[in-house]
Parts: sequence; structure tokens; C-alpha cells
Amino acid sequence: MMKTSYGQKTSIVAGILLSALVASKAHAQDWYQLETNKGAAERIRIATADFKPMSSDPSVGEDKHVFDATLYSDLASAGIFDVVSKSQNPQALPSNQSDVHLADWAAAPASASMVAFGNLSVQGGRIVVNGFLDDAKNTQYPQVFTKLYNEEASSDSARQIAHRFADEIITRLGGVPGIAESKIFYVKKDGANKEIWAMDYDGANQHAITHLGAISISPRVSPDNSRIAFSSLDKNGFQIRMYSLLLGRLVNYSSVGGTNVSPAWAPSGQQLAFSSSRTGDPEIWISDPQGSLSHRITSFVGPDVSPTWNPKTGAQIAWISGRSGLPQLYIMDADGSGVARMTDGGYATSPSWSPNGQFIAFAWDRKYGPGAPGGQDIYVMEVATKRWIQLTHEIGRCDFPSWSPDGRHIVFANDPDGAAAHTRIMTMLADGTQRRALSGAGTDMPNWSWK
Amino acid sequence: MTMDANRVSVKGQASGQSRLWKNAALALSLGMLMATGCHKKNSAPPPSALAPSDSGIAPTATISADPLSIDLGQSVVLNWRTTNASSVSIDGIGSVPVNGTQTVSPSASTNFHLVAKGDGGTTDASVRVTVRVPSMPSVPSGEGDMGSDSIFHSHVQDVFFDYDSFTLRADAQTSIAQAAQYLNANPNIKILIGGYCDDRGSAEFNITLGENRANSAKQGLVAAGVNASRIRVVSYGKERQFCTDENEACWQQNRRDQFSIDR
Repeated sequence: MMKTSYGQKTSIVAGILLSALVASKAHAQDWYQLETNKGAAERIRIATADFKPMSSDPSVGEDKHVFDATLYSDLASAGIFDVVSKSQNPQALPSNQSDVHLADWAAAPASASMVAFGNLSVQGGRIVVNGFLDDAKNTQYPQVFTKLYNEEASSDSARQIAHRFADEIITRLGGVPGIAESKIFYVKKDGANKEIWAMDYDGANQHAITHLGAISISPRVSPDNSRIAFSSLDKNGFQIRMYSLLLGRLVNYSSVGGTNVSPAWAPSGQQLAFSSSRTGDPEIWISDPQGSLSHRITSFVGPDVSPTWNPKTGAQIAWISGRSGLPQLYIMDADGSGVARMTDGGYATSPSWSPNGQFIAFAWDRKYGPGAPGGQDIYVMEVATKRWIQLTHEIGRCDFPSWSPDGRHIVFANDPDGAAAHTRIMTMLADGTQRRALSGAGTDMPNWSWK
Repeated sequence: MTMDANRVSVKGQASGQSRLWKNAALALSLGMLMATGCHKKNSAPPPSALAPSDSGIAPTATISADPLSIDLGQSVVLNWRTTNASSVSIDGIGSVPVNGTQTVSPSASTNFHLVAKGDGGTTDASVRVTVRVPSMPSVPSGEGDMGSDSIFHSHVQDVFFDYDSFTLRADAQTSIAQAAQYLNANPNIKILIGGYCDDRGSAEFNITLGENRANSAKQGLVAAGVNASRIRVVSYGKERQFCTDENEACWQQNRRDQFSIDR
């Protein structure tokens, strides 16, 4: 029954321009073409001027450096811009709308369509940033917007303001909110234990959330960023834990026997889907955020695990089931009806449903088995057609993809050499390009925040 | 004692109430049970009750076994002699000649109880054959004493699984059967079954696979008579490994159910 959709040997290309994922015919093997086919011409060419320091406070130099680097990096990684290399920028440094010479920016070699610029000052413990975005080709009314940030200076404030300014630009030009203020939660190895950590979306600001001295895995942040659900190993096996990011401590979550793992938030934030063996066989259950009102929605012998909700509708759940042997990707309605198998073989795990509801990213080893060629890579499947595209190739074992809030990026875990301790977290655009590492060895299971 | 119990039951009957009827029946059966118990213990028969007449000479009976203790699967020769008996039977074997030998191969320690009947009455004799079930020394049944780990592990051995499978293999079924025998003989012991997976595959799926593996062993033990309430299962998935090399020998070590005393 699965054969027909795969027989065509077609795959989808996840185009990222304006978050429209464009389906087109391409052989799955021709992956090098996918990476070279991406059309730089479709991207907006944007230049970022270094911001002009407007005060003599000794810390302004460092803050300005962080701000400039962060803004550039945010725009470059957004996936919708062709960012002008700073070596091609005009010499003169604009500080505000009155002294910017847009013709210089519009001309070669910068050839910018858009220019971001402004000024930054640190005075009396406050950092003040004045940011501008201009349309370099619109000589009459060039200003797209201007934004003033004025807040208490801290070691992190220059970077966070740069993220917000970048998000504003991305929102205005890209049509959907930027992700520069989003967070990634993950697992960090700590000797024999694993703790839950968090970092900014660009890999900065890595810090521990839990200090439980246990093996904790599968962090999933709530849609409102207030709580993290995860699983910890204790005397009775893995149990779901709930950590309040507002209170900075564990809060109640009741488990009723068995192994309880892989929690997944419904987009409403009012329900959790998870795997529980409280009746003997691991099945998918749904509870409220306190662990109460739980009910089972699958019923079939064999592992059922790793649910993920359709974040667009909240009405469907994708998950992994071993009911027919090797784990496969399935979808069903949130009441357990309408079960459909999505993968036709291999070893499929760790699904993550895209924010627009159209795609499921997952890890797949299509020729799984001892001695089999190939490896475990990240794939994206279009739910409606079951057509898929392979995003990673020959970079080692990949697992745990998680979509960015704008649906343009995917973060995942990569084990480059087969040694589990070397696993790290990487990010890429949803077409597999612009891949880079965010964290070092001993990090795993990333989960991108909902906003 | 027997008489006391019977008297109680008679009193109950006399009162004529149905609830007491029940009590009476209970007391009566209790009395009979006790009577049987007493009867077994005393090899000499109560003369008045069992002797049909005083005319005959009371039979005599002896029974021996060689050897007196065997390992499971070995056999033992029973040898019995009676006098003045007209019919002789051995529990579990049935009617036998008045004198004879028979080779038996009991699967568990057995009391061979011989009853000889004659005109002069009935007499009995018995011999106990101890069967050593491999690795089954009974743990001293002190309060909550679950014995030593080393004895436990010599009888309850870890079982191993095929790749991505939670089905008990033939070798695992043998191990489970042996484990069940030991656990049934030592009802104080509580068991923790840990399910493990090799480090290939995905962490979350492996936790549920390990859960299924541990449950397979649990179901095997329960089917063999071990009470489910004595068994706790925990899946460690691939989070804990016995062996960290990347080869099949090592992966096989990690695809297992580990049994331990749940103290």
C-alpha cells in the first residue's frame, strides 16, 4: 500500500524563500544538486553597516563589537538574505538617517537592496541603540523602519538587542517573525549523568537548566516557554519531570507506574502526549500538564514512542511505532483514530512536525541493518503526499531534528564518528544548506522553542 | 485435637442456623485435615479404627531407595518388602507386588509412601528421595532474607536478545525456566529486571524496546508460576551499557535483560 507513493522515486525540495516549501521533482540521489540549486537571486541582498559608537564609555567598544557580529550573523543565518560581505561596504560609517549615503550602498560592489545601520551608546549603566533599515533603491522614501532600544546594560544586552533588531528586519522583509530570540533546549553529558541545558538559537549563552545528578533526556519546552517537560531515570525507570522556567525548579507531574518517556506539548499547552508502559506495553498516552486526566490513544503490542503534535492544528500526532518490527513513522488523529503508516521500511525515529503543519522532519536509516550501506540521516516528508527529501548526507549519524518557529531551520544532533560521546548539535536551513555546529561534543537531543 | 474439632462441629449443627452450618462444615473439614496430618506423621496405624478384625497378624513393611538423593534427571531404585500383606500400593505408582523393586526418576524430591494391607490390618512405610534440581539450594527463609547475590546470579542468569527484537530466544527461554524454578523455590526473593539495548538506533525508541524486553522476561516468569507482584521492570534503553566497543560481540552483550535481587 506504501509502494505507490515511493515508486515514483520523487522527492521534495524544501525551498525556504518566504517559508514556501516548493515541491519539485528531483531524484533523491542527486543531493549535491539540491545544495547548488538554491537560488541566491531570489534572496534579498542586504548590507549591515557597523554601528557607530556615540559615547566614550570604555565598555561601548566591546558592546558594539558584539552587536555588529550578532546582527550580521542573525541576518546571514536567516535563510532569506544574501548578506553583503563587510569588506564590500562603503568606507563611510552612517550613524542615522541624515548621514547615510544610500547611493554608495546601492552601487557595486555592495549592490545592496537593503541597508541596516545605526548607532550605539553606553551611558550611566544603560545601553541605547538606534537602528535603521533603509531601502537603498528607493531614493524618495528610503526608510523602512527605525527602532530605538534603551535598557539596562548587562554583559548580554548588546547581543539580545541585536537579536531583536534582526528579528524586526526579518519579520518586515520575510513575512514571518524572526527566530533570533528563540532558544534551543538540549541534553548535555556530565560524566555519567545528563542534564538539561539551554542556549540561544545561534549557540551563544549555553547554560545548565537542571542540576539533578541523573540521566535526563528528551527536553520539550512548552509553547509559552514557561516549562520544560523531560524524562529522568530514577529507581523506577524513566519518569516524566516538569521544570518551571519561571520558578527555576521542578514542579509536580504525576506518573502512574511503568516507564514514561518522550513528552510532547500540544500547541494549546494544555496537553502532553508521551509514551507510557503503565499497562505493560509502551503506548502513546495523553495527559494534562500535571500528569492527570491521562488516557491511552494507541493499543498495539510493541514500542510506541516519540509523539509530536501537528502544531498548526493540534488535531494530529505523528509518532514512532515498532508494531511491525523496525521502528516506522506513523500519524494518527489525536484521539487515536485514522492511523496511517508514513515510512515504508528502514529505521525511522524522532519525528518533529513543522510549524505550518505541512511537513514532518525525522531521522531515517533507509537501509538499516548490520553491515548495511548508508547511515541515519535527517529527512523531511510532506505529510499529504508522503514524498520526502534527504537533508543530511555522509556526516555521520543524525537524529532528533526539531523545527525552528519560522519553519526555515532545523536543529539536530550529529554524531560525526560513531562515538556517542562526540555527539553535538547542528543547525541547518530546512533544505539542508548552511549547516553548522552550535555546540561541542557531549550535547544531544535539541528542542527548538515555539517562539 | 481431632475430637475437639469434631465436638465443635456437632455443637454447631445442633444450633441449626445456616451460618453456623458453614462454620460447622469448615470445622469438620479442618478436623479431617488435621486427622490426615496426624495419620501421616505416625507410622503406626491407630489400631481400633483401621483394623477390620483382630484375627490376622498385622502386616509389616519396609521400603528403601538407592541412592537416597539424586540430581534431576537421574534415577533411583526403590526396594520394598512386606509380610502378611495381601495388597500393597505406593502413592504415585499404584498397586505393586508385595515385594519388589522399581526404578523411578522423580522430577522433584518425593516421599514414596507404601501402604500394605492384610487380614491383620494396614501398615505403611515411606522413604524420601531427594532430587537436587541444578542450582536450587533454598535460601534460609528468615524475615525478608533474599539470599546472596552470587547464589541468585548462579540460578537466575541474564538473557540476551536478537537485534531489534524483544522475543525470548530458545536459550533465553531455558534461562527463564531455570530462573522460575529457583524463584518458585525461594518465594522471599523479589526481582528487578532491567531491559537494555545496544547503542545503535535512537535513544527514545530504545527505552521502549528495553521495556518490551524486560516485560518479555517478566511474562515468561509469570507464566512459569512466579507471582507478578514480585517482579519490577525498569528499562535503561541505551543509556547504560555493559560494553562500549562498536562490534557485534559487544552489541550482543548490551541487548539483554539483567536480573537482580530487588532489595
